[in-house]
Amino acid sequence: MTNLDAKIPSGPLEKKWDSRRFELKLVNPANKRKYRVLVVGTGLAGGSAAATLAELGYNVEAFCFQDSPRRAHSIAAQGGINAAKNYQGDGDSVQRLFYDTIKGGDFRSREANVYRLAQVSVNIIDQCVAQGVPFAREYGGTLANRSFGGAQVSRTFYARGQTGQQLLIGCYQALERQVQAGKVKMHTRHEMLDVVLVDGHAKGIVTRDLKTGKIQRHFGDAVILATGGYGNVFYLSTNAKNCNVTAAYRAHRRGALFANPCYTQIHPTCIPVSGDYQSKLTLMSESLRNDGRIWVPKKHGDDRKPGQIPEGERDYYLERKYPSFGNLAPRDIASRAAKEACDDGRGVGPGGLGVYLDFADAIQRLGEDAVRSRYGNLFHMYAKITGDDPYKTPMRIYPAVHYTMGGLWVDYHLQSTIPGLFVLGEANFSDHGANRLGASALMQGLADGYFVIPYTLGNYLADQRPGLADEQHAAFAEVENEVRARLQRLMDVNGSRTVDSFHRELGKLIWDKCGMARDKQGLEEALRRIPELREEFWGNVRVPGDTGDFNQELEKAGRVADFMEFGEMMCLDALTRDESCGGHFRTEHQTDDGEAMRNDDDFAHVAAWERKSDGSGWTEHREQLEFENVKLSVRSYK
Amino acid sequence: MSQGNMRLKLHIWRQKGASAPGAMKTYEVTANEHMSFLEMLDVLNQELIEKGEEPVAFDHDCREGICGSCNMVINGHPHGPQRGTTACQLHMRTFKDGDEIFVEPWRARAFPIIKDLVVDRTAFDRIIASGGYVSVNSGSAPDANEILIGRDDAEEAFEYAACIGCGACVAACKNASAMLFTAAKFAHLEKLPQGQVESDRRAVEMVMQHDAEGFGACTNQYECEAACPKEISVTSIAMLNRAYRRAALSSKS
Repeated sequence: MTNLDAKIPSGPLEKKWDSRRFELKLVNPANKRKYRVLVVGTGLAGGSAAATLAELGYNVEAFCFQDSPRRAHSIAAQGGINAAKNYQGDGDSVQRLFYDTIKGGDFRSREANVYRLAQVSVNIIDQCVAQGVPFAREYGGTLANRSFGGAQVSRTFYARGQTGQQLLIGCYQALERQVQAGKVKMHTRHEMLDVVLVDGHAKGIVTRDLKTGKIQRHFGDAVILATGGYGNVFYLSTNAKNCNVTAAYRAHRRGALFANPCYTQIHPTCIPVSGDYQSKLTLMSESLRNDGRIWVPKKHGDDRKPGQIPEGERDYYLERKYPSFGNLAPRDIASRAAKEACDDGRGVGPGGLGVYLDFADAIQRLGEDAVRSRYGNLFHMYAKITGDDPYKTPMRIYPAVHYTMGGLWVDYHLQSTIPGLFVLGEANFSDHGANRLGASALMQGLADGYFVIPYTLGNYLADQRPGLADEQHAAFAEVENEVRARLQRLMDVNGSRTVDSFHRELGKLIWDKCGMARDKQGLEEALRRIPELREEFWGNVRVPGDTGDFNQELEKAGRVADFMEFGEMMCLDALTRDESCGGHFRTEHQTDDGEAMRNDDDFAHVAAWERKSDGSGWTEHREQLEFENVKLSVRSYK
Repeated sequence: MSQGNMRLKLHIWRQKGASAPGAMKTYEVTANEHMSFLEMLDVLNQELIEKGEEPVAFDHDCREGICGSCNMVINGHPHGPQRGTTACQLHMRTFKDGDEIFVEPWRARAFPIIKDLVVDRTAFDRIIASGGYVSVNSGSAPDANEILIGRDDAEEAFEYAACIGCGACVAACKNASAMLFTAAKFAHLEKLPQGQVESDRRAVEMVMQHDAEGFGACTNQYECEAACPKEISVTSIAMLNRAYRRAALSSKS
């Protein structure tokens, strides 16, 4: 049994991080340059980590599969970033951000991690402003804020609807500065295909140069994965097309436990699916719920145009069911309420899979110009995709997969169960519990990269002799051979079905059985069908081209092959977690009015899965969650 | 033909690698008006794979106009004929049944072709690395509200910062100049007090790197502004030119 020691510091909550920082070992400045650190992924978490570690003096090698680190999917985050600055004087504090985040996560995250996140949130904003991130401002020159789902204070900092882009560019600039300084070697269009262990410690990776197909070995004294989430297991999601679970899953196969894979976030406000050819879904920022009102017709099958449905015949269901939070109810709750309305036959648009997000009241109250200045780019984006003008007719929205709270298990130091392998950002599981609040992902990614890993990594390296091995070590040769064999195996199938057709089928199966609502029967069916589909994949997939070349189909095939295994683990976790919490809604466990019913006696734990070495399944390990500072309560937004 | 479907003739640039010869190749495909342009290419690629041919390689990722990955010249226009739009945001309702569509890669010496429509844009990273940042280490920042920035200045900085680094400005320019890209980054930082300290050095270094990469000179034709999917203004170029002259005349840099 792997020992899941989360290494949470003792002492009062507000002192834990300070006292741990004092206890952590340091690497002296002259010695830092003797260590090489590999950072995989250059989004907010990886980019900020790479830049900061290089500033400290470490030699960093950073990898991304995109053609530039600036294109990582963090760039697509729209709404904003939370921080407990209390600039608005509306009652915010570190304690309140901590509490909102713990509660928002439905009491399934670690107190100590979340508290640290809330503490460092204030430093993040300072750092980003100093870099030149053009956050929204008041006329007097101070920073502006807005409110977001799951909170009753305005603590969200934003740059129009492009906050992720602006934060990532700040981080990318810091990274490129270190490239220029010779402290970061950047490998673009490189995909990590496996991690190399030497004497049980992560000491390197094997990559494929996507331009040339060349397989390469890279030694590092430590390896940091910041490779994002696994939302694309559903095929259709708001994730960028190339987002994948491969780096995390390859590490899992080498022994890193994977925590809470069933915690996935379905975002309530996305543009509905329009046809079978659909390749991805587009998010409409949650910030729209500040001024937009969500409704469906009261009458079943009402096919009148929205403008022809009188006020009295509309059901503003979030305002009705959750009067105190209204349209700003947390994401999981808003998503399920939309599903409920559509399942009830009151959905709008083609197939009845949509609800209205209506700005008529806001336009009347504030004027069209004010609405345009707040949401102009989002309205523009909506109009481009749908051909409808949201200033004149309500938007149609439907929930879609957006974020994954599960990830590789890490301790308080962000170290996985493999020593020397650290995991940051969405790729780890640590801070959001069973549901993430809006504007918290950017906060976590940057907290991990700018303000946590720079301290905790040194503590690991202080005990490691630099340059312990090199690329000639037998372990590298062995892993490289396995990587090559696997690529060849994909090519050799030479079947008749495309990679995408398998991915779509897997995604639909997982969406149906492990999506917004799950039950025992459906999950058991998925657990039967996924291995069948996987077998068909390995017997009938067609990958054109060749391995020693730029080959996008081969890239996809490797990723889909990993999703085929990962999806099974996810359904197994969903089946084993026999309760409802946050984004994990088991229909067997709900209150009379359809709310999630937690079971704290049996499930107040992190489920961390270990893959059996013969690949025959997984073993569950549990980390009990201790709540010393908050009282577990029924999450109410009424 | 079912509702909203259209039959199209596509002429697409196919090139196996950087040194291999390339040529336009013709394909026919049935698309639907609700598809995005890239989804139409997905349909074509699925058909090609099923027929045993190699699919068309093209860069793409977010498919919502923000990552800057997608890059193709559609009927002579970088990102296609619609203003303020990336290729991934272009929808097939812009086209009609029977249309012929020409699809080519960005063409510039500083953007060598990797395969088909995929080009190497790492020159942009090197321009940023030469000076497109504020030199501030993590953890050394003052409280965010100690730096007051007027709303209009913040908004203007944002307009320039909205650049997605796609390279359409280069593809549109007869000189293959990357001045709009370079100037947008410069102007973003120039409009903010945080950017002032290093302004002279930034102007000189970024322009030198731009030229060293093999991008052409700007001759003020403004095709870049017309092609920019984020509609970034060429006033940024004036701002960079002014700063460059100021810096070149001063002894500081």
